[in-house]
Amino acid sequence: MDLLINIVEQLINGLRTGSIYALIALGYTMVYGIAKMINFAHGDIIMVGAYSLYVFYGILGLPAVAAVLLSVVVCVVLGVVIEKVAYKPLRNAQPLAVLITAIGVSFLLQNLALLIFKATPIPFGSIIKVPSVQIAGIHISGITIVTLVVTTISMIALTLFINRTKAGRAMRAVSEDKGAAELMGISVNGTISLTFAIGSALAAIAGLLFICQYESLQPTLGALPGIKAFVAAVLGGIGSVPGAMLGGIILGIIESLSKAYISTQLSDAIVFGVLVIVLLVKPSGLLGKIRIEKV
Amino acid sequence: MKHKKYQKLLINVIIAVLIYALVMMAIQFGWIGRQFLSMIVPVCTNVMLAVSLCLIVGFLGELTLGHAAFMSVGAYSGALVTLNVPLPSWLALALGLVIGGVTAALAGVIIGVPVLRLRGDYLAIVTLGFGEIIKSIFNTLGITGGAGGLSGIPMLTTYRNFTLVFILMLIVIVVVANLVNSRQGRAICAIRDNYIAAEAAGIKISKYKVMAFVISAFFAGVAGVIYAHNISILKPGNFDYNQSIEFLVMVVLGGMGSIRGSIIAAVILTLLPEVLRGVADYRMLVYSIVLIAMMLFNNSALKAKLVARKNMRKSTEVSKEA
Amino acid sequence: MKKMMSTGLAAALVLSMAACGGNSTGSATADTGSAGGQSTAADAQSTASSAEGATAEFVIGGMGPLTGSAASYGISVKQGSEIAIKEINEAGGVNVGGTVYSLKLEFADDEATEDKAVSAYNSLMDKNIQALVGATTTGCCMAIADLTMADNLLVVTPSGSGVDCVKNPNAFRICFTDTLQGNTLAEFAMNDMGVKNVAVLYSNSSDYGTGIKDGVVSKVEELGGTVVAEEAFGDADVDFNSQLTKIKGTDAEVIIVCGYYQAATYITKQAADMGLDIPFLGSDGWDGVLGTVTDASTVEGAIFLSSFFSADTQENVANFVSEYEAAYNATPDQFAADAYDAVYVVKAAMEKAGSIESDAMIAAMTEISVDGLTGDGISFTPEGEPNKGAKFIQIKDGAYTVYGSDSADASAADESAASETAAADESAAE
Repeated sequence: MDLLINIVEQLINGLRTGSIYALIALGYTMVYGIAKMINFAHGDIIMVGAYSLYVFYGILGLPAVAAVLLSVVVCVVLGVVIEKVAYKPLRNAQPLAVLITAIGVSFLLQNLALLIFKATPIPFGSIIKVPSVQIAGIHISGITIVTLVVTTISMIALTLFINRTKAGRAMRAVSEDKGAAELMGISVNGTISLTFAIGSALAAIAGLLFICQYESLQPTLGALPGIKAFVAAVLGGIGSVPGAMLGGIILGIIESLSKAYISTQLSDAIVFGVLVIVLLVKPSGLLGKIRIEKV
Repeated sequence: MKHKKYQKLLINVIIAVLIYALVMMAIQFGWIGRQFLSMIVPVCTNVMLAVSLCLIVGFLGELTLGHAAFMSVGAYSGALVTLNVPLPSWLALALGLVIGGVTAALAGVIIGVPVLRLRGDYLAIVTLGFGEIIKSIFNTLGITGGAGGLSGIPMLTTYRNFTLVFILMLIVIVVVANLVNSRQGRAICAIRDNYIAAEAAGIKISKYKVMAFVISAFFAGVAGVIYAHNISILKPGNFDYNQSIEFLVMVVLGGMGSIRGSIIAAVILTLLPEVLRGVADYRMLVYSIVLIAMMLFNNSALKAKLVARKNMRKSTEVSKEA
Repeated sequence: MKKMMSTGLAAALVLSMAACGGNSTGSATADTGSAGGQSTAADAQSTASSAEGATAEFVIGGMGPLTGSAASYGISVKQGSEIAIKEINEAGGVNVGGTVYSLKLEFADDEATEDKAVSAYNSLMDKNIQALVGATTTGCCMAIADLTMADNLLVVTPSGSGVDCVKNPNAFRICFTDTLQGNTLAEFAMNDMGVKNVAVLYSNSSDYGTGIKDGVVSKVEELGGTVVAEEAFGDADVDFNSQLTKIKGTDAEVIIVCGYYQAATYITKQAADMGLDIPFLGSDGWDGVLGTVTDASTVEGAIFLSSFFSADTQENVANFVSEYEAAYNATPDQFAADAYDAVYVVKAAMEKAGSIESDAMIAAMTEISVDGLTGDGISFTPEGEPNKGAKFIQIKDGAYTVYGSDSADASAADESAASETAAADESAAE
């Protein structure tokens, strides 16, 4: 019985981290689907979101709701600006150039944060205060419940947006064939900006959940979840929205279980090992489409 | 034409000898302080790493974020040889260099196989993952000293043995430069420029891709062995993907596909932090801005115009000569 | 291509020459870089020398990470040494066989990486240091160990706790070794807390965590206890739920956390979130944990080992803390205190040797006894280990207190156990 409870609790741990990964992975995958580039700086948007919340709520003392909304707005604006300044001029360049630029943007954001907020971690109390619950001997913390609820809502909203709205259809069209979409009267630039905006908003939400969970800010806080989410996106098949959700949750659970039952030391190796194996068997990821490249 | 080629070769030999002589004199007569004496070997290893990475990134056109992992494989295996093999230190080092290079090349084969199936972004993430796996393994294994690292490695490649390090560095440069100009090198560049066309022209893509990875990894491994025997302690944490990105920055700043550029960038980027001790905070910020600006410039209309003008001048020169 | 190569090599040559020329500029920048912190010490020094008419200067080198993720340790070491040097110079310098020396600190950033440590050490040797207080981290100590031996330099590391840091006869340390610390923690858990089943959570990013873990495990087994869980984490990790959930499933009576305060902050918070009510016992890296927790109740009752704590009422400690706070607007931690003691140890060695020759100072190290912040009558074995006592610090009512200081041992233990469960109940109720 104890063992069973333990396993369930580990699964819940995995589900919680996994759902945050999934939220971040959605940003990677949407941007990839449309702009065909890996936005390496995406992880650092999480960090910007967390620090914005700290500035608005912790320093300026705004009400929690306003601080959350403003943080999301900051990330959305930042995401769109990065796209316009750093990525748009490279739209026809080789993928390597874009990826390196993205790495540069990531370094830039981290180092700006380092100069402004210094390397010493800043403690920052959670703005979410929800009591924990006990179901059949299984303890679930308040933040876990909030994380699961928020990520589920975000994912449902995103799926509805992409499938049901006009802008969502435009996004799918651009991701399918840029040229044809443009001929159909869709603004490609506008759609790409919208994609970056949505991706950044999701990253901001992930950043807020992250900071409420771990209560400590440092300039590199986005790097590790960013990389893991990136792995999750690739695992699920980059460019596929359901793939990102699946990849994130699978990754979270693998990580949690391997830490718990195999080795805490090797959990990262296991996570990356699974990725390599999946890619070898299915080079486009679990739910990714195979693209046949033409000359 | 033939005459010109020999002339160039002669100039290269003279320059190499001059650099060697100058550095040796600087060491002998104490022209430079100890701080920069201790930078001589790191400069050489970074040049080796940048040039070997240039082969994959610049000429094969694939992005790898695992170069530091190749280096660490070489460093650890080479160090384990010199620590455990009861041979005179010079023989042990020679054996260490060979084994370090070979194990790194084996790692290159292991990573080269997925390369056959993956391209671009997917490859980048797999190499990153590979680097993290290697790091975790070194962190866990008992023989590598775990997190505490492997220490007590004999210091056989410090600046006192500059001659050896310099020769090894020259070998790496010469081999990569010659490879690029050879039939194989042209095949590798053709894969970068258009792999479908290259395949159609009868180039075995898989063979050349794995070849590029293996050669690059071999030299990274050799550089790792030199690194290990200069610092005397190895820690897994020092070989993470940020380190790989640093090598990548060298190649990119040097202008992808230019060995000369990689060498200069490696020298500058290794010495710069030492010159700038005290303002280290801004170093990474400057790196990142330069990196972005460089990529934007490379793909800008301005650059296209400049290149076009240069080409035009060249073509007029050629027509005049004719 | 060949031509390109040759130009490349030529450029490399020019650059390396330029870099040699740049040497002086480099050190000048470094000087101005540290001037902010050092100006007070330098001022004091000039006053001292004019007052006493001292002619000689003794340069102490310092090394530690001033940038990067471990920056806080290096900064503490630098500031702790600056306070000590300022005090010594204000008191008239060091009298060595009739000559009065004023002390000067040259500090170099090693970013806590081994290759930087080598160049940092060499940049210090360019400035002709005569003794070294450093390096701050174990890896850097080991990277420079053989170099300092070859230069025959007296090395006193404030915080290099890895066993091999002082393997050479010229090196000594102020802090405890990792193994000894692990043994002490295990003894405390088994004997003072009276537990049998111990869970260990340790950082595997450095030998600090793994070294202490090994010490704990071997001692617990020697004393007949059981290590029910042995879980690792990385220094960059923020999520410890898997490890804690696993420990929750065992019958652990105490969790020994071998790591730094940042990890301790996450661990205690997440333990409270999941309703884990097992007491925590920490290594000396926990010092400073109250500054990083958002809710002090999560660490209430936790005990950690430390040879220094800033709220101590002992006179020298109180003086040091107030001076430090006035100069840097921060509370000193153990790194600062260790560095302060290291400077006084160097001073004592100079005086005892009656010479500033390295051989004489190194020989004198085993004969000195220094009343420092981290212990009274600190003396050194020829192996380079310090002889000093350890304090256990307990967090009570959101403040650091010396464990068992206010009542007899047994009742204090009961009390702490009671307050721990109370704290855990509180956090669970939240």
